[in-house]
Amino acid sequence: MTVVHARSKGLTDRETHYCPGCTHGIVHRLVAEVLVEEGLLNEAIGCAAVGCSILSYNYLNVDMVESAHGRAPAVATGVKRVHPNKPVFTYQGDGDLASIGTAEIVHVAHRGEKITTIFVNNAIYGMTGGQMAPTTLPGQKVTTAPDGRDPAHAGLPLRVAEMIAQVPGAAYVERVSVHNPAAVRKAKKAIRNGFLCQMAGHGFSLIEVLSTCPTGWGLSPIESLKWLEDNMIPYYPLGVLRAPEEA
Amino acid sequence: MSKTLMKGNEALALAAIKGGCTHFFGYPITPQNEIPEFLAREFPKAGGVFLQAESELAAINMVYGAAAAGGRAMTSSSSPGIALMQEGMSSLAAAELPCVIVNAQRGGPGLGSIQPSQADYYQMTRGGGNGDYRILSLAPATVQEGAEMMMMAFDLAEIYRTPVFIVSDGMLGQMMEPVEFHDRPLRELPEKDWTVVGHGGVRPPNTVKTLALDPTVLEQRNLTLQAKYARIATLEARHESYRTEGAEIILSAYGSTARIVKNAIDLLAEEGIAVGLIRPQTLWPFPVAAFAELPDSCRMILTVEMSCGQMVDDVRLAVNGRLPVAFYGRSGGIIPVPEEIAMKVKTLLGRA
Amino acid sequence: MCNERILCAGFGGQGVMSLGQLLAYAGMIENKHVTWLPSYGPEMRGGTAYCNIVVSDSPVGSPIVTHNATCVIVMNLPSLLKFEQSVAPGGLLLLNSSLIDKAPDRQDIHSHAIPANDLATECGNGRAANMVMLGAYLAISKVVSPGSIALAFAKVFGSKAERLLDLNMAALHRGAEAVLQAEQAMAA
Repeated sequence: MTVVHARSKGLTDRETHYCPGCTHGIVHRLVAEVLVEEGLLNEAIGCAAVGCSILSYNYLNVDMVESAHGRAPAVATGVKRVHPNKPVFTYQGDGDLASIGTAEIVHVAHRGEKITTIFVNNAIYGMTGGQMAPTTLPGQKVTTAPDGRDPAHAGLPLRVAEMIAQVPGAAYVERVSVHNPAAVRKAKKAIRNGFLCQMAGHGFSLIEVLSTCPTGWGLSPIESLKWLEDNMIPYYPLGVLRAPEEA
Repeated sequence: MSKTLMKGNEALALAAIKGGCTHFFGYPITPQNEIPEFLAREFPKAGGVFLQAESELAAINMVYGAAAAGGRAMTSSSSPGIALMQEGMSSLAAAELPCVIVNAQRGGPGLGSIQPSQADYYQMTRGGGNGDYRILSLAPATVQEGAEMMMMAFDLAEIYRTPVFIVSDGMLGQMMEPVEFHDRPLRELPEKDWTVVGHGGVRPPNTVKTLALDPTVLEQRNLTLQAKYARIATLEARHESYRTEGAEIILSAYGSTARIVKNAIDLLAEEGIAVGLIRPQTLWPFPVAAFAELPDSCRMILTVEMSCGQMVDDVRLAVNGRLPVAFYGRSGGIIPVPEEIAMKVKTLLGRA
Repeated sequence: MCNERILCAGFGGQGVMSLGQLLAYAGMIENKHVTWLPSYGPEMRGGTAYCNIVVSDSPVGSPIVTHNATCVIVMNLPSLLKFEQSVAPGGLLLLNSSLIDKAPDRQDIHSHAIPANDLATECGNGRAANMVMLGAYLAISKVVSPGSIALAFAKVFGSKAERLLDLNMAALHRGAEAVLQAEQAMAA
């Protein structure tokens, strides 16, 4: 019998706790595959962040440290300064990175810290039950904006990738999505570029991954993928926002 | 090595290097700035890493990351900065990460002043962070003692896998005193097999974490921590006794205030009034045993602090109702003078 | 029995901090117990700077000099106004009369007016006024020897010490001379 597809060695055997249709599982797999394919798995150190992905250390087959809410970039800085030659990454959601952790993400980029941040943006607080995030779209209904986000009251959504791309220490910044197979392939390439940029010593890399939250959005998994494509991508355009010149 | 005259803050910084510190992360705040300034200058020469963080929140979490990765990490700050770090303290204690934190206390609450204070006793011994945790807190009274405690602190942190506080203040940090550095005694340290360094493909991944959603797991975790705290309480409580033999009143004070209390005791001795001092050298664990062996002559305890009365709670718990416990304190950055403490003693004795 | 408690005050740049450090260092060299405690914070930036020094035969408790100063050294007028009351009765007040034209109010203390800036200028540099004052203090108190001050100088001033030592030791001696002459004149 020929093996057509196998679980990546970068993933553990544990079943994830993610909801049906949630794309965290895809993003985990991409990170795991890149680490394996680039020969980084054995040395990699990850920083898990508060949010749905807090338990990512149960699924990614690497040494990981759990971080307080928003502080993963600071924790990763401490790790990296002890092991400057090892691949270090944070895996953060939008509540964690774009709200409570804005200072840490800006300054990890500002220092040009040689780490890679996987930023999973699903426009909502998933773990706590669907509250408004800085990334929630105008009109999007969430439990703390039951009539939909009103920009006059709560401001317009924060475009993190664009913001970080302005910081001099940021070396590689790209926004990708995982709403269809073509997008997933591009996302994997971006994650690879992020790690390669880190290992080449160029500076900080951030890959923003547009992701779904069917439970929080009140949509089916299929509807969620379509909603992402129709609503998130127009506000959060995909593409490379910053790259080293030789990359 | 011969004696040299150093500021308390600088002596702590040099002692950190000699104590085997590998990483410092911090954010500027008065009155502890000589610590990061000294380390920014001297640490790289000794192979250490100095990094100025964007905030105290970031600094303590960098310490967390570095400690998780096997570094011997520290930070230093002063009262309002320590308040910002409390989230990290709770996490460090829960994750059992060894590290050292200096608090050069200043007047509070709020931004308060930059003058010396001891109003963070609760913050350091009770924890401003959430949950059942304790942090070993060493309280020097001289520049020399600060250097010695700092040199031991990183080993203690690793032996017990715990954060360790060095409890200083604006006065101890800013003053210069002669200090002499000796090699630190070599202690057997436990193997660090729990760090996140990459599994190398030879073992299952290590995880440093504090989340425990299953209540039975978390309770067991707490019981394990409590057993460790009980061990620390038994083995690490320290105090100094000064002229307690035959004392009518025994004063209790720590750090800077203890120095001033010694002056007051000597002044009273000149007047034929016998009083002594119990000086806690560890705030947690509190040296409870010292208060169980009071001389028969002692009629009362007087706690003196640069606060409105915080350590006095622990003194009362230690005395446990056997004797009255009085309090005298100055706050806001005011340092008491020996004469006013002597006057308080005379008032309590009815000899004012 | 030595138990000297000294307050030294002036504006930033007058060398009051280094005066105090030299004294503390010299005391340490002579195996005495010493502390040096500065004022710190916004006061350092332009206002009155001062430091507390204790030199003692026994371990130092409080490093703070309050109203029990055995000697107060003031380099400018605001310092005189702020610290005259800190001198213990019978204590010593040394004031820099190059910059202070007011006489002290206290009658229960020993006061000496020393034109420190002028004497330092005679020695080659007005910035050594602090050393003139230190010389005057040592001549009266004899708390440490000028030789110990010379040794301390290298510790406090590091690489600049060698270049500056002669000037500063000259200023130290000039201060001692001035105060001893004044005492002789008073005695006569």
